Amino acid sequence: MAPQKLYVLRLYITGRTPSSERAISNLRRLCEEEFEGEYMMEVVDVLDQPQLAEDEKILATPTLVKLLPPPMRRITGDLSELDKVLLGLDIHASR
Amino acid sequence: MKKETPSAKLIPIEKLPTGIPGLDAITEGGIPKGRTTLVAGTAGSAKTIVAAQFLAAGIEAGHNGVFVTFEESPQDIRANMNGMGWPIFQWEKEGKWAFVDASPQPEESVVTGPFDLGALLARIEGAIKKVHAERVSLDSLGSIFTRFSEAALVRRELFRLAYALKHMNITCMMTAERTHDYGEISRFGVEEIVGDNVLILRNALDGEKRRRTIEALKFRGASHHKGEYPFNVVPGRGVVAVPLSAIELKQRSSNVRITSGNPELDLMCGGGFFCDAIILVTGATGCGKTLITTEFIAGGAKQGERCLLLAFEESRDQLFRNATSWGMDFEQLENEGLVRVVCAYPESMGLEDHLVHIRSVIEEFRPNRVAVDSLSALERVSTLKSYREFVIGLTSFLKQREIGGLFTATTPTLMGGTSVTEAHISTITDTIIMLRYVEMSGEMRRGITVLKMRGSPHEKQIREFSIGGVGMHIGRAFRNVTGILSGYPQHVPAEEITRLNSLFDPDKPEALP
Repeated sequence: MAPQKLYVLRLYITGRTPSSERAISNLRRLCEEEFEGEYMMEVVDVLDQPQLAEDEKILATPTLVKLLPPPMRRITGDLSELDKVLLGLDIHASR
Repeated sequence: MKKETPSAKLIPIEKLPTGIPGLDAITEGGIPKGRTTLVAGTAGSAKTIVAAQFLAAGIEAGHNGVFVTFEESPQDIRANMNGMGWPIFQWEKEGKWAFVDASPQPEESVVTGPFDLGALLARIEGAIKKVHAERVSLDSLGSIFTRFSEAALVRRELFRLAYALKHMNITCMMTAERTHDYGEISRFGVEEIVGDNVLILRNALDGEKRRRTIEALKFRGASHHKGEYPFNVVPGRGVVAVPLSAIELKQRSSNVRITSGNPELDLMCGGGFFCDAIILVTGATGCGKTLITTEFIAGGAKQGERCLLLAFEESRDQLFRNATSWGMDFEQLENEGLVRVVCAYPESMGLEDHLVHIRSVIEEFRPNRVAVDSLSALERVSTLKSYREFVIGLTSFLKQREIGGLFTATTPTLMGGTSVTEAHISTITDTIIMLRYVEMSGEMRRGITVLKMRGSPHEKQIREFSIGGVGMHIGRAFRNVTGILSGYPQHVPAEEITRLNSLFDPDKPEALP
């Protein structure tokens, strides 16, 4: 079996809006399909934890931050354009 | 929206004094309170300084602030503020100042769908609540437009932000870029979103010098002075604006007399100059203007006054040597702290900077009298506008402090004539003394007259004077000479003068031939 990488992803949202819900469900689906269980996904609501957003210097939401594996990447938007998301996560879709 | 009925009372928008020197006079009280004011300017026009100073002045007045930076990193801004003399580290520690760092991050961001700037808004609100801010500065909007290509989205979010700030009763300054000093208000049409109140900063080329100006372009529902006003960036103080037309003619007038340094001239002036007078001395080159200036300074120092000499034409050594040759020891007077001599090349800086420098010297030395030799040297290196502003700025500064000021100006022609300076400042001056060459019988003699002396009778005669080892000696009047001021002096025999005078004598009507 190919060596498995651990993906640690953090999704920043501002409140539970339709856009936030879309981003969360898009991300869940993506993680299930791409990482086959080897991932950690966290959702941070900027309204609840503004300091975290300040530390990461988040301006736009939803923003997905790939913390691991390096390099760190940011992906803005509700993640509806899958191919761009994969590109942003450095996942080369071999389909 | 409620329709205004004729009987509805107009409630003026309340203004918040910014604390930026001069700006509150230009804006007639400050910027609209609880609203957003756009500060637009070209690159290098001091927008960031104004935005930071708005908060700094607020903290000094007891109101905390949040600085949202889109372009420069907080580290850079802290360094600049420290350089300006503002204790930014202390303020941050004391919870009076908070940064929201929205500066560009090295990681690229891929856009994968719709988004908004809600996080930014949440962070700003969070910072405001944390330090209980009443003022917020955003610097600068253009940067965020270039980072997010979706201009419509950015505009919508800025609108949301401005609305939220108004709701929290925050007074906000947002800076924006312009590409031309005289052109559209801002890049990206930012004024369409937050354009109720607009200040414009300019750093335009005027002649060959840069001229910084600030303009209150519009305040919705509030009044303000119109047009551009010059300002300087002064280390330790920040932006200092000079609101000239806002200076009101409210100077008090003094009856106290001071000596001109020459007892004969004092007599010609009816007892000396007034202590808060502006005196203009005009004459051709070599006529004796520097001598009068030197006697003015030495005369004041002899009475125990502090005297400041601002020299733009001669060097220290030249001045001191001249003074010694006329029997006055400047070095001694300087050592006693009664005289200070400041020499500068007129070209060394712009007139606005000269004015700031002069004002700070006056504020520190606190002289009783000031002499400027010469205004013409400054006039030669500036534009008309700059020069006039300098003269008005300096004379009104002196008047407010009731400091006597003597200014020299050179007439362009050797004989007679007026200098351009006189045309500009003759209405501001209280006393005008004219020195002229008088060509007579193969010699160049010298004449002095008091042309104007506000508030006092004075001699009308043109007297001859000479320059010698004890300075200026004023002698008899040129009784038999006419046409000195026109530059064509003519000797007139005594009988002719008697006949001319009697022509207009009402007691002795002449019989018609």
